[in-house]
Amino acid sequence: MSDPKKLRTDLALITEWIKPGAHILDLGCGDGTLLVHLRNLRQVTGYGLEIDEDEIVQCLAAGISVIQTDLDEGLSDFEANAFDYVIMTDTLQAIRCPDKMLMEMLRIGREVIVTFPNFGHWQARLQLLFGVMPISRALPDEWYNTANIRLCTLQDFEDLCDELGIHILQRAVVDPNHQSSLAMRLMPNLMGEIALCRLGKRA
Amino acid sequence: MPDKIPADSVGLVTPRTQHFDQLLALDCGRSLAAYDLIYETYGTLNADASNAVLICHALSGDHHAAGYHSPSDRKPGWWETCIGPGKPIDTNRFFVVSLNNLGGCKGSSGPNTLNPATGKMYGPDFPIVTVRDWVESQARLGEVLGIYQWAAVIGGSLGGMQALQWAIQYPDRVRHCVVIAAAPKLSAQNIAFNEVARQAILSDPDFHKGRYYEHDLVPRRGLMLARMLGHITYLSDDAMRAKFGRELREGKLNFGFEEAEFQVESYLHYQGRAFVDRFDANTYLLMTKSLDYFDPASLHNHDLVSALAQVQAKFLVASFTSDWRFSPARSREIVQALLRNRKTVSYVEVTANQGHDAFLMPIPQYIQAFHAYMAHVGAEAAV
Repeated sequence: MSDPKKLRTDLALITEWIKPGAHILDLGCGDGTLLVHLRNLRQVTGYGLEIDEDEIVQCLAAGISVIQTDLDEGLSDFEANAFDYVIMTDTLQAIRCPDKMLMEMLRIGREVIVTFPNFGHWQARLQLLFGVMPISRALPDEWYNTANIRLCTLQDFEDLCDELGIHILQRAVVDPNHQSSLAMRLMPNLMGEIALCRLGKRA
Repeated sequence: MPDKIPADSVGLVTPRTQHFDQLLALDCGRSLAAYDLIYETYGTLNADASNAVLICHALSGDHHAAGYHSPSDRKPGWWETCIGPGKPIDTNRFFVVSLNNLGGCKGSSGPNTLNPATGKMYGPDFPIVTVRDWVESQARLGEVLGIYQWAAVIGGSLGGMQALQWAIQYPDRVRHCVVIAAAPKLSAQNIAFNEVARQAILSDPDFHKGRYYEHDLVPRRGLMLARMLGHITYLSDDAMRAKFGRELREGKLNFGFEEAEFQVESYLHYQGRAFVDRFDANTYLLMTKSLDYFDPASLHNHDLVSALAQVQAKFLVASFTSDWRFSPARSREIVQALLRNRKTVSYVEVTANQGHDAFLMPIPQYIQAFHAYMAHVGAEAAV
């Protein structure tokens, strides 16, 4: 799930969005790279949730607080507004009920930051036009072995937010090399490979 | 002992006894005017005493946690898998202190030691001690050794409860708290098991109201039954099936009650008998009571969140999937209360089929996580 290039892309942008000293929950935190980064650059506190045993060992070695958790079992352990930010990078598309997850994240966090591969990217559309499931840098796995069971386009995601009453506070699209371009800004759903959104409760 | 001491063992160790003359007031209202604590240490205390780790033992444990007492010892200490050079509790880095708790039967003051007031064995007159009392006595031992603040207090099962109590009772004296296969309090089911174990001992005709030493007797049957029952709860259904299945000792049914027919029966008998030779029935009664009474939230309106509000230690909490005596859900209660207080906590739920006993086993995921966490603790202590 964690292509290092992709994580770096997420990192820089997410870091810009985080206020110093924030209390953070990182869902599917992997080896803790993002939390280490945010700890060093933004002096954040908080926890990572992770299910993979080897990743958890990496977190512990890095001094990151990690709670072994199956995200599909929900976030009921956490109280409302317990965190300043609840972050989920490149994982939403692997969750059984992304809509419920988003609402849960917004319950326990004042703001939510999610990143996900945009299935509306032109390369994905082109491959589908030729009748095959898309494979790209952002979507490297075959249909039969991918963890990504809930792929969506940026447009789909925005529609869902609208339906759920979620306010999109900030949005960015990038390619896996952390590049953004005029084309991406003009046509994010066609040109963006990875979408990043900062979400809030609708006032 | 093996022919050659393994490189990752602390090797030959000698216990020491510390005598205390300072009155220890106990939760039960009584007090001990003087008492002894037997302990072992492994590794070297650094100049600023910042690398000390306290090991708290479980129900049937003692001070002998690692290494060998003599070259003829068949087995090393009870936590040899985790304590030693290069192991999670790395004796190259840490100064490890392991003691036998008050009320124990391995050299610390307890029912099988002399009551200075009477000149006879304490027996049933030894006061019931609580986890809080233990922490108090452990703090005093630390002071004697020049340790005010522990780099880590570590324990599994009842030992984990002591580690948790340390963080509550002495918030500024514990930097890290490692709570393994424990619970914030026993469930009714847990207490029920303990009560059956106690009744087995109390109803043994050789028990003599706890004064069996004076009759030169041991309530063997009662203590053996207690241990057999306990042992069942320490293993998982899967582990027992894998280990014994329905295997018969003689390959056939004997249609009788005299001898153990199934391998699992034979195993339990062996465990029970071995236990009687190394453990004291009065101590078993005391330890189960300490377990039953432990409930730090009870002083805070039964709210664990407020019980842990003053805690300063960073926590590692670990549980094992097949542990039904102290299930992962019980460990998660501790984690949840710490999360709600915004305390620093990590939690690992180790996939293991060995049941409660898994905390003593060399399970790679467990050892790696424990090792990674302790390496971090050690790096902090070295600064």
